[in-house]
Amino acid sequence: MTVAAALIVRDVRRAWSQGGASLPVAFFLLVAILFPFAVGPDSSLLARIGGGVIWAAALLAALLPVERLVAPDADAGVLDQLAIRGMSMAAVAAAKIAAHWLSFGPPIMLAALIAAGLLGIDHETLCAVELGLLIGTPGLAALAVATGALVAGLRGAGALAGLIMLPVAVPLLIFGAGSIEGGPGAVKLLAAVSLLLLAGAPFVAGAAIRAGRA
Amino acid sequence: MTRLAFAGVSCVRGGRLLFEDRSFDLGPGDAALVTGPNGVGKSSLVRVAAGLLAPATGAVAVEGRRALLAEASALDHDRPLAKALGFWAAIDGQRDAVDAALDALRLTRLADVPVRLLSTGQRRRAALAAVAASGAPIWLLDEPANGLDTVAMQALETLVAGHRAGGGIVLVATHLPIEMPGATTIRLEAA
Repeated sequence: MTVAAALIVRDVRRAWSQGGASLPVAFFLLVAILFPFAVGPDSSLLARIGGGVIWAAALLAALLPVERLVAPDADAGVLDQLAIRGMSMAAVAAAKIAAHWLSFGPPIMLAALIAAGLLGIDHETLCAVELGLLIGTPGLAALAVATGALVAGLRGAGALAGLIMLPVAVPLLIFGAGSIEGGPGAVKLLAAVSLLLLAGAPFVAGAAIRAGRA
Repeated sequence: MTRLAFAGVSCVRGGRLLFEDRSFDLGPGDAALVTGPNGVGKSSLVRVAAGLLAPATGAVAVEGRRALLAEASALDHDRPLAKALGFWAAIDGQRDAVDAALDALRLTRLADVPVRLLSTGQRRRAALAAVAASGAPIWLLDEPANGLDTVAMQALETLVAGHRAGGGIVLVATHLPIEMPGATTIRLEAA
């Protein structure tokens, strides 16, 4: 447990010190700003699609740091050093998921407040969006780490990461955006998808790291 | 009891047989020197000993914790050297060992310098310091002499001798001569 804590602290610190945490937030806000330009300044339309826009933006922002999540540690020998200390790669992946969520989930939720203002989303919808993000972003973080482990060491990893991650993230997007108006049932479905990803991703990532060990 | 033993170990990488039917048995105070030309499988042998590669045949017996010096140092580039070493030492429960390890490799002066600013030889010494600070009885060193000057070479040899005197095991893969009295030589030949 102390090893996992040390890993989480290290990863969060690295994410913040390298600007890795502020980049997805900036990207998230940029996507949210681009939508009004594309669909026009119709405030009632924007308020209606705003929740969905925030979810799509969150998904794209989660995709942004994927290449930096696992590959640098594989290259630097950090994963080997953890393996020789008897840590399972699934446990390492779980720690990375926690660290990634900490450096990306709460900032996105804060940025969603700003995005809500830009899109003219009302108070109730905003609460639903924030609740959805709280439940859904851990799933997104898990997916991002698993994808990062799968594409680590490959050429064109960034483009490939998008192709792998986005289709798998569709359920999160559907239930996430659906939970805004769908009520408790949709929130439960979102939580189920998020939990499934959280439970499965460490093992997928662990297996991918072991398979990629050269 | 500390032990590192290979029994009939073969290693296949990418469909190519690197070495076959290698056996040795190292106990406390023992050392082995893996030599041979480039690409013959020295690093692979070390990685098999580290448990990072599965042997194609045979078995590896390990008793005691292992520390690995690989090509990559695994030290965070943006952190000061002492802090980067401290991360691993904390995981190993050896927080107090960092200062002694820095001293043994003449790195004390560089403790506050970020790892990315270190030279090749200094980075190698830093990675050696991480091994020394780990407190693990079995040291697996892959090309520890790369980039070291003569003074640092002596420090390395002293460090290895001290570790063996304390009952540790050292397995070194190298293409440079390293003085290790009484070490078993494992010579790998190109197939």
